[in-house]
Amino acid sequence: MHIMEGFLPHPWWEIWFLLSLPVVAFGVYRMNRMIKENRETLPLLAVAGAFVFVLSSLKLPSITGSCSHPTGTGMGSIIFGPWITSVLAVIVLVYQAVFLAHGGLTTLGANTFSMGIAGPTIAYLVYKAATRVGLHLYLAVFLAATLADWTTYLVTSFQLALAFPSTSGVLVSFEAFAAVFAITQIPLAIVEGMVTALMFKYIVQLRSDVLVRMKVVSQSTIKGLKEAMA
Amino acid sequence: MKIKLELLTFSVIVLFIAGFAYVSSSQDHEWSGADSKAEGVISNLTGGTYIPWFQSIYQPPSSEIESLLFALQAAMGSLIIGYFLGYYRALAKVKAENAAQKREGKSDA
Repeated sequence: MHIMEGFLPHPWWEIWFLLSLPVVAFGVYRMNRMIKENRETLPLLAVAGAFVFVLSSLKLPSITGSCSHPTGTGMGSIIFGPWITSVLAVIVLVYQAVFLAHGGLTTLGANTFSMGIAGPTIAYLVYKAATRVGLHLYLAVFLAATLADWTTYLVTSFQLALAFPSTSGVLVSFEAFAAVFAITQIPLAIVEGMVTALMFKYIVQLRSDVLVRMKVVSQSTIKGLKEAMA
Repeated sequence: MKIKLELLTFSVIVLFIAGFAYVSSSQDHEWSGADSKAEGVISNLTGGTYIPWFQSIYQPPSSEIESLLFALQAAMGSLIIGYFLGYYRALAKVKAENAAQKREGKSDA
């Protein structure tokens, strides 16, 4: 989903910066406040950030014959919400832009928007909706992470289509970009969803108390899971 | 849960690898990055007239060094995840032991 350095012309690169900047700034504020008020969230925050680091470094071969990578932002967003997750995404994107020539500093605004804001927002909404209608907790996590991953790549396609509309319109060029990103990403998104659900299961097993206090999971859900285990 | 999540995840990964193995043996592909394929679409749409207006400030000098930096990224992440999950696990164990000791101490008195 990385739009390469210099590949977004004026005015698009500025527009995506303008959209992303306030979100990340508010995310930094929320993150600081959360850590100050509640020290016990810090290790979980580190794990969520590290999870983005690991998953976004893995370039996996898909059945379409090209390689792409998962995003890892679903878990962070389920636990901490999209604001704080946008900050985690920026850290990874800057690392990759500066050291790996992967993505870029001029396209950082657009890449932050797709991976750090759009994907995590979908993850958050899907997780909330799925748990509300009473889906199994890990199924809810799976759906949230899978759809977040896929949304990220759809948004990238859309961003590129807006910047490079074909002579017959933005939609035609969206199809061209989505043909590259969307299908390739489906198997990757499913794998990401599974791995995220597994990771979430371990966190629930070890620190369900923190998740309950943060209102990520309800006490009754945890009780149900523990009974099912026994 | 009747089906173990671990087993399910493992099966999905095996399927993913099988998909790769099948495509890789039956078709000819470059396995290049989707990100760079998007570059091709851009040059198609613009008739090759688009020139990126900014260059990366640093390019890893070889693909070896690039994979080193990617591996470093994954290693840092795994290290942090492993450290905290291990820490939490030990913490839960110590808490359980302390609680058990307390109960025993009370029953002795």
